Amino acid sequence: MSAPTIVRIQEADFDLNAELTALRAGDARIGALASFVGLVRDINDGAGVSEMTLEHYPGMTEKALEAIVDEAKTRWDIYGALVIHRVGPLKPCDQIVLVAVTSAHRGEAFAACEFIMDYLKTRAPFWKRETTPDGARWVDARDSDDSAAERWQ
Amino acid sequence: MSVRILYFAGLREALGRASENVDLPTGIATVGALRDWLAGQGRDKLASAKNLRCAVNQDMAGPDAAIRDGDEIAFFPPVTGG
Repeated sequence: MSAPTIVRIQEADFDLNAELTALRAGDARIGALASFVGLVRDINDGAGVSEMTLEHYPGMTEKALEAIVDEAKTRWDIYGALVIHRVGPLKPCDQIVLVAVTSAHRGEAFAACEFIMDYLKTRAPFWKRETTPDGARWVDARDSDDSAAERWQ
Repeated sequence: MSVRILYFAGLREALGRASENVDLPTGIATVGALRDWLAGQGRDKLASAKNLRCAVNQDMAGPDAAIRDGDEIAFFPPVTGG
């Protein structure tokens, strides 16, 4: 069986069930599927958020995400991995990102999924701009995201 | 030597441009030297921006990374996706 790495950047929303079903379809080796979905909140750093726009670096984004998944595959015995990240305008409650990993057992799938997400937060070239009552602002990077990524080094 | 420069997010807005092609004087051979040179050409924000990140040909690169003719070099703030 092949072990697909799927990376997609898109404006459109994604159907969680359809994506997870497709990732594991027909592969009876898979005993575990771990997934993470990131969502737009309506509050950040003490201000209400009415809209968010995601910018990215076309070309580098895909390359960076594929490198992160490749790294995960060297660290854990996983089968398939899927990363979908949306760009463009988003509203609170919208889905932003999906990371899903399949493996024989849950330990590898949980760990690889968290690793991919932690590295995505610090290495994939996306930038969030949010609209608040005081106007639009670029979201600042968080030190806690750096700390989360450093745990894996 | 000629390179293509890309700017993203808040840096793009502050500079009022997303990209530019520049002919570099001899001696500008690293990312750090390029940043200093561009800042001296009126791209003031490149001097003042904190924690600026850089990629050379779409790979993350530090200030000592070498640059070559035809490279695509991007400057941007720390990433905030996910």
